[in-house]
Amino acid sequence: MSDVKPALRLEGIVKTFPGVRALDGVDFEVRPGEVHALMGENGAGKSTLMKVLAGMYQPNEGQILIEDRPTIMANPIEAKHNGVILIHQELSLAEQLTVAENIFLGELPRSRLGFVDWKILDDRVGTILQKLNCDFGPRTKVGKLSIAKKQMVEIARALTHEGRVVVFDEPTASLTDAEKVVLFDVINELKADGVGIVYISHRMEEIFTISDRITVLRDGTYRGTLTTAETDEDEVTQLMIGRSLDYSRNESSGEFGDLVLEVAGLSCGKLFEDVSFNVRAGEVVGFYGLVGAGRTEIAETLFGLREPTAGSIRLNSSDVSIASPAEAIANGISLVPESRKEQGLVLGMNCRDNITLPQVGDMTAGPFVSNGAEVAIYDMYRDRLDIKAPTWRSLVGNLSGGNQQKIVIGKWLAMKPRLLIVDEPTRGIDVGSKAEIHNLIRELARSGYAVIVISSEMPEILRVSDRVIAMYQGRITREFTAAEVNEDNLVQAISGISGDEAAA
Amino acid sequence: MSSIAQKLTGGDLKGLVARNGIFIAFIAAMIAFGIGSDKFLSFDNLESVVRSSAMIGVMALGVTVVVISGNLDLSVGSMLSFGTVMVVDLHDKIGPGPAILVMMACVLALGAFNGFLIGFVRLNSLIVTLGMLSAIQGLTLIYSGGKNVDIDPSTQDTTWFRVFGRGDIAGVDMPIIIFFGLALIVGMIVAFTPYGRRIYAVGGNSTAAVFSGIRRRRVVFSTYLVSSFCVGVAAIILGSRVMGSQNNVGQGYELLVLAAVILGGTSLLGGSGSILKTVIGVLILGFIQNGLLLLGYPYFAQWIVTWIVIILAVWLDVAAKRGRLLSSIS
Repeated sequence: MSDVKPALRLEGIVKTFPGVRALDGVDFEVRPGEVHALMGENGAGKSTLMKVLAGMYQPNEGQILIEDRPTIMANPIEAKHNGVILIHQELSLAEQLTVAENIFLGELPRSRLGFVDWKILDDRVGTILQKLNCDFGPRTKVGKLSIAKKQMVEIARALTHEGRVVVFDEPTASLTDAEKVVLFDVINELKADGVGIVYISHRMEEIFTISDRITVLRDGTYRGTLTTAETDEDEVTQLMIGRSLDYSRNESSGEFGDLVLEVAGLSCGKLFEDVSFNVRAGEVVGFYGLVGAGRTEIAETLFGLREPTAGSIRLNSSDVSIASPAEAIANGISLVPESRKEQGLVLGMNCRDNITLPQVGDMTAGPFVSNGAEVAIYDMYRDRLDIKAPTWRSLVGNLSGGNQQKIVIGKWLAMKPRLLIVDEPTRGIDVGSKAEIHNLIRELARSGYAVIVISSEMPEILRVSDRVIAMYQGRITREFTAAEVNEDNLVQAISGISGDEAAA
Repeated sequence: MSSIAQKLTGGDLKGLVARNGIFIAFIAAMIAFGIGSDKFLSFDNLESVVRSSAMIGVMALGVTVVVISGNLDLSVGSMLSFGTVMVVDLHDKIGPGPAILVMMACVLALGAFNGFLIGFVRLNSLIVTLGMLSAIQGLTLIYSGGKNVDIDPSTQDTTWFRVFGRGDIAGVDMPIIIFFGLALIVGMIVAFTPYGRRIYAVGGNSTAAVFSGIRRRRVVFSTYLVSSFCVGVAAIILGSRVMGSQNNVGQGYELLVLAAVILGGTSLLGGSGSILKTVIGVLILGFIQNGLLLLGYPYFAQWIVTWIVIILAVWLDVAAKRGRLLSSIS
């Protein structure tokens, strides 16, 4: 394989921004028909490298070779013409337009009169959607689709071009396991067609499922390229962060405190129905299920963001009704939401102000916010969570994903909650920070918090939970103890295949 | 670069210009006008500029609060007409004190109506306040029957109501004192209180604010109360100064006020900006208008120049943020 001409080669790429050497002499190549994974912690330079590749940035040094021909990518359109297609991490779709219009935006087929030829458009899009196993048609409005399905539209858009190299940047960040399987089929087909694939992801198990080779970046420098079949997670992690990590599963102690939360027969329209469970002090309860199974909606109901249509919520053995987040907070509930950028943080605010935001009303000296008290809280959680920010004045939007997530967690720990709910705590976060956050969740439970963890990542659920609640289409299908649960019975429980109390 | 210069500029001259562009533009304009007209930098002229900016300035304080929270208020101009007509009209009928109280209550009620529709019903603030702009103008005409109102000429020199527009403390004109005093109070509230913090949070990311337990509806509602309160104060200054009012005296002020806010550097996207910036924006606007008049340009030239200055200010602001003058490809 080594004598195959690479479809694309980057040589000695240097890209500097004022004060930062984002890429420092990086080499990278993709051969036709291979999946080449690009790994590295947040800020290692993966996205910058891909932006250089896609013509969004011009490198200061180094060159891009397409089939051994030096090429300058002046802009994304030129990159596309050279067969380099980037599928973005963040979706860039026009919500009000149909799937077909989005896929062929800017190059809609025309009839002789100059109008859009809907027949041809539908045919072409239909074929692509079929290839991707999508269950929606060309005329569906994009705004009506789930995030996962929008992602498929984004991929479909890339497939309309004759690609030499297709770059997937964190493609599975919002996909369920079932949808991942479809995505991997697509990637394998592209591969069989001789397309070179660059696959960027933080998720180790995906990288080992799909990739042929792995290149690792750290702090903007090239750390090495490994053949996937000849390496293991440890070696890759070592290269990425310079140390190895503990991937063990949680050993439940089985000794918990009083009941903190008791939920009985809780429903919220069709989003979830007749949900009953409880959480004790010192216990981590994991909620696992497909996207749309109703997990996040339960959390939002407990936090006063949704109004339940039936059922009861008891906190510390007394009935409560929670009509707003302010009331939830007053009742000692904290929610670390699913999407840190949209729901968790005010990106244009500094670190300190974000951390103290829910309790700023209680931190006053006279009519004014007490600067000293605020900085003290920030310092405390910066040290406890090891938040890496230049000063408390740094804008949260400038921090890495892992540090942003720590700010959100710190903000809610600072409220000293009795019940802490964390929704997708490590989405889009690098492995190093991920392990830290997992350990933190365990530590919090040990120190007496009742914790609910919602996650779409099975290893994460298995690693942190004392008990796992599986959900399927708005209902709880099964509850497992840490000893009972394994990957097989969990997958069964969330896909509605069987299980002791399978959903109707 | 010497070490002192480095300290002053943070080692980054471009960054300094980008961050403080508005101050630099201000000083440059002052120098240019000072060279062009020997009257411009005289104390009397400067004081007159600040005094005549005070009313716009008072309104701009409230609008700044609304804009920081991520909304707009275009109804302040016609609300000023309404308030001024009302306070002047009631002055002779029920006395200055009650007139002020009744007028403030009515103006606050209008603000509360804005706030209810935008905060609690969650209608778009542009639509609501644009609608209110014309609705309040209509309300004013219904109230006055279309006639201009005056305070009885025989009492104009004796009523204590004259103090707001014509009085002074130790030689400093009262409108200036009210403007700077109110700016100080509103500025402190916005910058240093929990309430102020919540306004920034709602403007910066209203979803995240809700997820942090902030009662967004109340915050948005309250900003319109602040805005209408400031309009009420401006109406008192204007009524007191002129001792009369036309039905459409505030027409077009909404744009001048918004111009001052934008010129100061408060982003229309919400979540950033400050009262201090707005005060500077108000002064720049005032000095530009005054300077042009002194240089002999006709009155209406200031409209065009103001527009150019605003476009330049906003342009430089976004250009500094993205590091290039035009938007990137496509």
